[in-house]
Amino acid sequence: MEHPHAAEVAVQTVSYLRYIVLFPLLGVVFNLFLGPRYGRQVVNWVSPGMIFLAFCFAFAAFVQLPDGGALVDSVYPWIYSGALHVDIALRVDPLSGTMIMVITGVGFLIHVYSVGYMAHDDDVVRYFAYLNLFTTAMLLLVLGDNILLLFVGWEGVGLCSYLLIGFWYTDDEKASAGKKAFIVNRIGDAGFLLGLFLLFWSLGAHGVWTLSFSEIAAHASVLPVTTVTLICLLFFVGAAGKSAQIPLYVWLPDAMAGPTPVSALIHAATMVTAGIYLIARMHFLYSLSQTALAVVAVVGAVTALFAATIALVQTDIKKVLAYSTVSQLGYMFLGLGVGAYAAGVFHVMTHAFFKALLFLGAGSVIHGMSEEQDIRKMGGLRSKMPTTYGTFAIGCLAIAGFPLLSGFFSKDLILEHAFGSPHGSPLLWLIGTLGAGLTAFYMFRLFFVTFWGENRSDPEIAHHIHESPQVMTMPLVVLAILSLIGGYFTVPELLSPLYGHEHPHVSPLVKYLPTLLGLGGIGLAYRLYVQDPPFVPGRGGADRLSRQFAGLHQLLLNKYYVDELYEAAIVRPLLAASDWLWKVWDTVVIDGLVNGTAQVIQANGSVLRFWQTGNVQTYALSFCCGAIVILGYYLW
Amino acid sequence: MVSLIVFIPLLTAFFLLTLNRNAAELARRTAFGASLFTFVISLGLFTGFDSETAEFQFVERYSWISEFGIEYYVGVDGISLFLVLLTTFLSPLVILSTWSSVEHRVREYLFFFLILETGMIGTFVAVDVFLFYVFWEVMLIPMYFLIGVWGGERRIYAALKFLLYTMVGSLLMLVAILYLAYLHNAQHGTLTFDLLRLYTLEIPVSAQMWLFAAFALSFAIKVPLFPFHTWLPDAHVEAPTGGSVILAGVLLKMGTYGFLRFALPLFPDAAHAAVPLIMALSVIGIVYGALVALVQPDMKKLVAYSSVSHLGFVMLGLFAFNIQGAEGALYQMLGHGLSTGALFLLVGVVYERRHTRLISEYGGLWKQQPLFASVFLITMLSSIGLPGLNGFVGEFLILLGTFQANTLAGVVAVSGVVLGAVYMLRLYQRVVFGPLTQPENAKLTDLSRRELAIFVPLIALMLLMGLYPKPFLSRMEKSVEATLARIHKTADHQSIESVESIGSVESLGRLSLDPTDPKDLKGPIDLKGAS
Repeated sequence: MEHPHAAEVAVQTVSYLRYIVLFPLLGVVFNLFLGPRYGRQVVNWVSPGMIFLAFCFAFAAFVQLPDGGALVDSVYPWIYSGALHVDIALRVDPLSGTMIMVITGVGFLIHVYSVGYMAHDDDVVRYFAYLNLFTTAMLLLVLGDNILLLFVGWEGVGLCSYLLIGFWYTDDEKASAGKKAFIVNRIGDAGFLLGLFLLFWSLGAHGVWTLSFSEIAAHASVLPVTTVTLICLLFFVGAAGKSAQIPLYVWLPDAMAGPTPVSALIHAATMVTAGIYLIARMHFLYSLSQTALAVVAVVGAVTALFAATIALVQTDIKKVLAYSTVSQLGYMFLGLGVGAYAAGVFHVMTHAFFKALLFLGAGSVIHGMSEEQDIRKMGGLRSKMPTTYGTFAIGCLAIAGFPLLSGFFSKDLILEHAFGSPHGSPLLWLIGTLGAGLTAFYMFRLFFVTFWGENRSDPEIAHHIHESPQVMTMPLVVLAILSLIGGYFTVPELLSPLYGHEHPHVSPLVKYLPTLLGLGGIGLAYRLYVQDPPFVPGRGGADRLSRQFAGLHQLLLNKYYVDELYEAAIVRPLLAASDWLWKVWDTVVIDGLVNGTAQVIQANGSVLRFWQTGNVQTYALSFCCGAIVILGYYLW
Repeated sequence: MVSLIVFIPLLTAFFLLTLNRNAAELARRTAFGASLFTFVISLGLFTGFDSETAEFQFVERYSWISEFGIEYYVGVDGISLFLVLLTTFLSPLVILSTWSSVEHRVREYLFFFLILETGMIGTFVAVDVFLFYVFWEVMLIPMYFLIGVWGGERRIYAALKFLLYTMVGSLLMLVAILYLAYLHNAQHGTLTFDLLRLYTLEIPVSAQMWLFAAFALSFAIKVPLFPFHTWLPDAHVEAPTGGSVILAGVLLKMGTYGFLRFALPLFPDAAHAAVPLIMALSVIGIVYGALVALVQPDMKKLVAYSSVSHLGFVMLGLFAFNIQGAEGALYQMLGHGLSTGALFLLVGVVYERRHTRLISEYGGLWKQQPLFASVFLITMLSSIGLPGLNGFVGEFLILLGTFQANTLAGVVAVSGVVLGAVYMLRLYQRVVFGPLTQPENAKLTDLSRRELAIFVPLIALMLLMGLYPKPFLSRMEKSVEATLARIHKTADHQSIESVESIGSVESLGRLSLDPTDPKDLKGPIDLKGAS
């Protein structure tokens, strides 16, 4: 692929990009300092309003974007040390332009929805402060003109996920989920930092001192391939942490502990797309390394299938969606890994639409069901929650790749590239295709058992089931429309100045098999969960299957025991080792030596004995005498 | 101006002795006013500082003991400027905390504290090495009393351990200082303790080794570098809040400052030879401190071990011998002073209310103390190096510099970043999150106005240093470059070797300093033979 060099790109300097970041930040400051005084009514307007203003400026930038060029806003010099010069500078090009539209657009809808969802929570001011900060950090991440500024946003979203996942902090389990998210992300960040260091010094060795993306792109070709591969793999560790890929995906399913709109924000508009963005942003490096691309593709494909299998048997509505996010992110990485960067980013956008829709829909269900999340206790909601039902159906169809809906276009594009691109292979395509069938199945399993059939909840709860207020359903409707038509937004065309125009030609079988499998998955879900009554022990096909393959079923239900494995292999040994280091090594060995030395001196040296009296005057005297003796020795 | 900053606290200290024994309130107000006044004057150093030169500024120089060539010679450069400011900034905040943290013998407490302030500032501004040593010793005694009189249960043990340990090191340093003056006499016929003239000495490599070892041991104990750290947790746990704040905030920096000011530029060949050892100990300290912090049941001990880890980063940066590492180390010294100082103050806040420092006694404090929890949150984030706050800039520069100097050390040190998040987040969760289990905690009151007045400046500075580091870094740069040039003066050989480890040779430009300053240029020395 041919990539235009930085010098050829039309760059226009503007000074309003900063407002895209500043307005949400202003929302944070307002919430922190004035929110408690003005209260819920004002905060409900200010917080979404700030995101809307950011959206307006993002839209203006998007429209003004010169064809194939970029807008740059240099705000102020940040870290200058020796040859390292890092500025606070923002940049909008087709890639970051697409991202800011998604972030502010979907983010705004989530803010609006939150007004309704959090209407009964006392801590709404703190909630909106975090939510605004989350958006700020994500915008900084995609707008940053250099890697370090990207990293600021990168850490910022990590922090906000920590705060928001653990938002209901009095619950220890939720607070722990937040902590887990932050720490697993930090492991990824370590990889990110090492990649950054290696890149900086390797380019510096060629006289190029920069962390700015455009300059790195212009000079990347001077680096030897092995160095590039190593840099790319280190950055991929960071991406795998943030975007929840094997082996660092474990935080994301737990992240649903936060309020449901937060899950929508994390899973759709912000946070998890950061890893995809990073690689799409650094595509010029990845394209130089076959090995790095292959690793990205394989990890993506395997994660896509792996997470899909777990989602097959989960019974918590949010957990199914969480694993589906892990799986969909796998598709995006698969796209990136076969060099189809545009397809990957395209899927980021369509996924943002339908996953936000699905999570907000799930939130609406949970809201209507008095905080119930177990789908075994749902059913028959379609008549009671018609808007949620209809929009959720569109979301499910979109993620299942139903023809002509948004997910169909982006996922198929990825799979076609996985087969036909020079970096692709039939095996990668096959894994992805299988995953597509599973996706359709587990999504419609979720859909049918939630909305169709008889209601299985307690009569007490069943009595209260209600459709959500308009402030929550309106965002659902808008997102449903976007999920319907999002496939027609020509993102790959838009991104072609960055990534070129390639589109592989594949046989009809390759092209249509994922769709056929998807339809088959829907049919199977209908057979198992509509024709048979769901979740009745001893009856129905699903039940029979789970008995027949009891071992496999348990394995999937327990998520392959990966959390337990990490606990046993990493967490507990680390704590045990630390405890030993402290109680034995530090207290007995090192400190024992220190105190032992003092005791030996005390026992042997009669002159030194009065050191132990703790009498400083005596000490000072002896010290002065000693000093004079030594002084005398040298001077005379 | 410098002398004024040094001696206002001392004069105030003796003035306090003229006050009535029981006039605690008056003593507090006097001490607070004086330390605040000192801070305001010291701001003049910041505004009047010329960042275009590496020379000492605001110099005052008088002959003191002329027979031995000892002078009263003080001044400030880009290395000491911010450490002086850190000291003058933290002191009034600590005195503000005594309103609730010190109840008996307030006047005496403040007396010792103000003498301590003079000692600390003096140590940073002394250009005459003997004067430096005098101030260095002056610091010890008041700290000894602060721990020994106002400390916890095992205060005598901790105070004595602190004193003896530090003294053992500094005695060796005194011998080395005297030897340097003697050597100058032998080479140039004059006896002097003027650091700038001692820099120009040509010290035989074998002598450098001994001298460096004497200085390094003294400083390493102070840092504290693993395995010389065991006095620190004891001292911190037993010290009163103000003592801990100053101990962590300023006193620990004496060690790293000593390396940068004396041990490295005076003995460059020995310093180069010591790089592998010091880097190894620093890296061990980073990981070790973090791991041990992870399992501490006592909040103060946890923070103490976290200091071992953080100061390991600083040492790494110093021994990277490049501009990013050294500036990062200096920045981290300031950053650690703010964040760890704030952490000890925060522990003090809950300790004064509950009289326990055990983490298990807390939990769910957010509901009772939202302001406390928020300040704690920002401080914790600063401590773990979140971008946008002070800790990130220093940590990032250190790691960047270290990675170039020694890739393996850089890689291991990065794992300390992860572990740092683990122990701090664990601490925060167990104190602030979760359900409120202890009934006593339900009665806790949030930060008072006075306490807010302590924390607001700290947090404002954390944000400023994170968001806009330029005024700080630009003032450091020339002095750090000059010091690095001294360190590299005789040892170009090794810097090339360390560069080759990441696969590139076009290396010298990256130091962004001129190692070939003709008047400093000496033939490269074969260090392999020396070590």
